[in-house]
Amino acid sequence: MKKPEKELTVEQKIKRRNFISFTVFGALAAGAVGGWKWLYNSAEEPAGITAGTRRPLRRALNKTELFFRRLVFNENHLVKTYPREMAAKVIRHNSDIGSEGKLPPENWKLQVRKNSGEILQITLDEIMKLPKTEITYDFKCVEGWDQISHWAGVKFSDFIKHYGLDLEAKSQYVGLETPDKQYYVGIDMPSAMHPQTLLAYQMNDVLLNGNHGQPLRLIIPVKYGIKNLKRIGSITFSNTRPRDYWAEQGYDYYSGL
Amino acid sequence: MLIYWANDEYSITIFGHTFVRFFPDWFYNALHIPSRLAEGMAFHFLFMWFFTLNGIFYVLYTIISGQWRQLVPQKKSFKEAWLVLLHDLHIRKTAPPQDKYNAAQRIAYTAIIVMGFGSVITGLAIYKPVQFYYLTWLCGGYHLARIWHFALTMGYVLFFLVHIIQVILAGWNNFRSVISGFEVVEEQPKPAIERSSEDEKA
Repeated sequence: MKKPEKELTVEQKIKRRNFISFTVFGALAAGAVGGWKWLYNSAEEPAGITAGTRRPLRRALNKTELFFRRLVFNENHLVKTYPREMAAKVIRHNSDIGSEGKLPPENWKLQVRKNSGEILQITLDEIMKLPKTEITYDFKCVEGWDQISHWAGVKFSDFIKHYGLDLEAKSQYVGLETPDKQYYVGIDMPSAMHPQTLLAYQMNDVLLNGNHGQPLRLIIPVKYGIKNLKRIGSITFSNTRPRDYWAEQGYDYYSGL
Repeated sequence: MLIYWANDEYSITIFGHTFVRFFPDWFYNALHIPSRLAEGMAFHFLFMWFFTLNGIFYVLYTIISGQWRQLVPQKKSFKEAWLVLLHDLHIRKTAPPQDKYNAAQRIAYTAIIVMGFGSVITGLAIYKPVQFYYLTWLCGGYHLARIWHFALTMGYVLFFLVHIIQVILAGWNNFRSVISGFEVVEEQPKPAIERSSEDEKA
């Protein structure tokens, strides 16, 4: 500066600094309010494999899942198990979409679609002849409750091996649906092949009854309850995400733990 | 609060009698949030990033700027905080001398950071209890981690209420200092010269 400027008085300095501070504060506050409004009013994602949530929120769900998957996921981590006697006697029942009423095992066959197009038809007796695995773990519901429960069935990975589905198991996803196709889930292959994932036919040492997915259900401890499909009708394999009942209603597709 | 919708898991029950259930129906109706768990979760898993990053930046700033010295409780703070409380409740006339923050503020502002850290840890313990099994173990198991996480949320609500009331009570000059970083103190005019001094507290 050539001209010696007049020193600002203390009052002027105070005024100036207050003005700058409050302008910045106001801009940040307006930005926060505007950002929230933008997010709250943002368009819903196009209905597809996932649906029912705002586009930016779905993006955040998927990115967050990927972030944790890349950062820390170790598919070999086991779910904590408990002594058999800690299992609840009365198992909580939340929903039976697609598995209402009874379905005696003799009226049921599991359909597995192979890559060749061939469909395997498997009875419960055949499944029960495979090596039996039991687990007592803390079943976790996305709605907030959890319950230690006891299940028995065949490991999904043992099932794959026994029926020579190794080629199919190289796909990225498994899709399971109830016989009436009312309820359906998509599972990423590493979670399906996890050593604690079962095709379960017993709960507390008794064959599954109508409420809990008679005659065969999925028990996948590395996922929330919504992925533990009751009453499996068919199993398919694919490299794209199979349709998923709750992912279509705004929930995270992976829902992994 | 959306995320707590689905099952009213939390309640204060003593000897089989439930006193409070989190949350009562009127609470959901008043806020128009019934049946929106999926939406609540989606928001939760986005805003957890802001929460965590904001906390990290804040802590880094206080360390780099040296402001932590003003914020961390001192030995005397725990005794003095009671006096501050009694003063604020108008039970005691005088408050102990203080620096930028009084003893109660030091404890509160440090506690909120510890709580924030607790929320992140318990949150991760619930979010991925299989992957972060060690955090879940640290929190005393999945169920207990959820309760911690919820209790901390209630703690923020309490902190927020007291904080806002205190800001309103403290008045405009204090609020201005929060935004601008300095407080204006008018000094008694001295003979001959009139001036006000700027009490700058960077």
